[in-house]
Amino acid sequence: MAKEKRKTPKLDELEKGKWPSFVKEIKTAAEKNPMAEDLLGQLERSYEEKIGHWKHGGIVGVLGYGGGVIGRYSDLPEEFPNVSHFHTLRINHPAGWFYTSDVLRKLCDIWEKHGSGLTNMHGSTGDIIFLGTRTEELEPVFKELTDIGFDLGGSGSDVRTPSCCCGKARCEWACYDTMALTYFLTMHYQDELHRPAFPYKWKFKMAGCPNDCVASIARSDMSIIGTWRDEIQMDKEAVAEYAKSGLNIQRDVVGNCPAKCMDWDGKEIKIDNKACVKCMHCINTMPKALSPGKDRGACILIGSKAPIVEGALLSSVLIPFIKLEPPYTELIDLVDRIHEVWAENGKNRERVGEFIQRVGMGNFLEAIEVEPIPQMIAHPRENPYVFYEEYYEEDGEDSDGQEEEK
Amino acid sequence: MAEQVKVEEVADAMYKMVKDSMGQKKWKATDLTKAVLELFGDRCDKALAKSAIRELIESGKCVYTYFGGSFIEIPHKEGAEN
Repeated sequence: MAKEKRKTPKLDELEKGKWPSFVKEIKTAAEKNPMAEDLLGQLERSYEEKIGHWKHGGIVGVLGYGGGVIGRYSDLPEEFPNVSHFHTLRINHPAGWFYTSDVLRKLCDIWEKHGSGLTNMHGSTGDIIFLGTRTEELEPVFKELTDIGFDLGGSGSDVRTPSCCCGKARCEWACYDTMALTYFLTMHYQDELHRPAFPYKWKFKMAGCPNDCVASIARSDMSIIGTWRDEIQMDKEAVAEYAKSGLNIQRDVVGNCPAKCMDWDGKEIKIDNKACVKCMHCINTMPKALSPGKDRGACILIGSKAPIVEGALLSSVLIPFIKLEPPYTELIDLVDRIHEVWAENGKNRERVGEFIQRVGMGNFLEAIEVEPIPQMIAHPRENPYVFYEEYYEEDGEDSDGQEEEK
Repeated sequence: MAEQVKVEEVADAMYKMVKDSMGQKKWKATDLTKAVLELFGDRCDKALAKSAIRELIESGKCVYTYFGGSFIEIPHKEGAEN
């Protein structure tokens, strides 16, 4: 006799509408996987009671690693025994999320054999997420993953799996090779990725241009965003084509320039490149006519995070322009200095952005040996009652050696 | 400079710290590093402490755990598993 289908009226609501539904996918998996079946039951129960029934964290992992596995247990193990353990694995994704279909099949085969068969492609960390397995399956799944060339990603207080936009693989605006840098950082920081040694998580995200398709400015401790320092490249004939085809250049391009650094006389666009803030609006609007300059590199920003312990932060400029080419020595020196200072002085669960807020940007810059520059400042100080030590020396002389006026 | 202590000696000292404070204090890797630097003075540095932590973990004497942040603990029966 066929098993009676579990009733899930609350979850069924999430199958309605025109969007893809995770409930539909779990139901499909539940036809052959008991973990997915019990997951539906526990989830329905959570929707009924408005209470989560997962216990999170703990000691699960693979030997030698401190990241990559997120422990999860049901607090209703008698009722839903197949999800009594439901650990998540984070798998280090390839830079730019490029796969062959053969590799995707292999990943799915491994996960159907050792886990719930449910995946999340991809998690907000960027990793491939394998949802739900038992503790005793962790080492076997890890072995099979490494056999096909994959490794676990980061979790906990470590370097999280670096991620990037597709960069030069598909985008002509990429100002540096984001995929190459992502691969390099992943390999260079293997120890820090697998063995948590920091006060809290550290995320690198690489965006090839200021469009920032990976939203690095909002969700990475170090945002590396492509930019240029010469003039925007312009194809004047293509500009004329845009005008001819009906684009209102004055209204939709020049009028929306936040730096007001463009002029349109009806025939030509003139750009004051020194005033350009690299917002990409004009380039996005007229991609055939305008493109980033030729002298390309990246801007390094620091300190963004989503709200967890404290509120959200956006990254702020640390290095306005850097040429990013192998062997990336300058970048690695900078990152190592930051890690050293933060690891030494950061509090438990304090992200680097919060650390900078606590100690002050001036002290942080001094500790990491970076000179303060105007690009690091959002706007001039508003409080005139700020005095700097170097102007007031102990013997009553000012910094020029002249006696101070009383 | 004084002769460095052996990595096993640093790992043993770390293990003792973790074991003695089990149930009272959770150690982060940075806490253990600071503690052995203080204990051994100039006979130990951060690189040696890092190697000692790796030794502890790879020998299975200690494991990484996650409770909000990552910690180093003696392997034990997972409480949440009960």
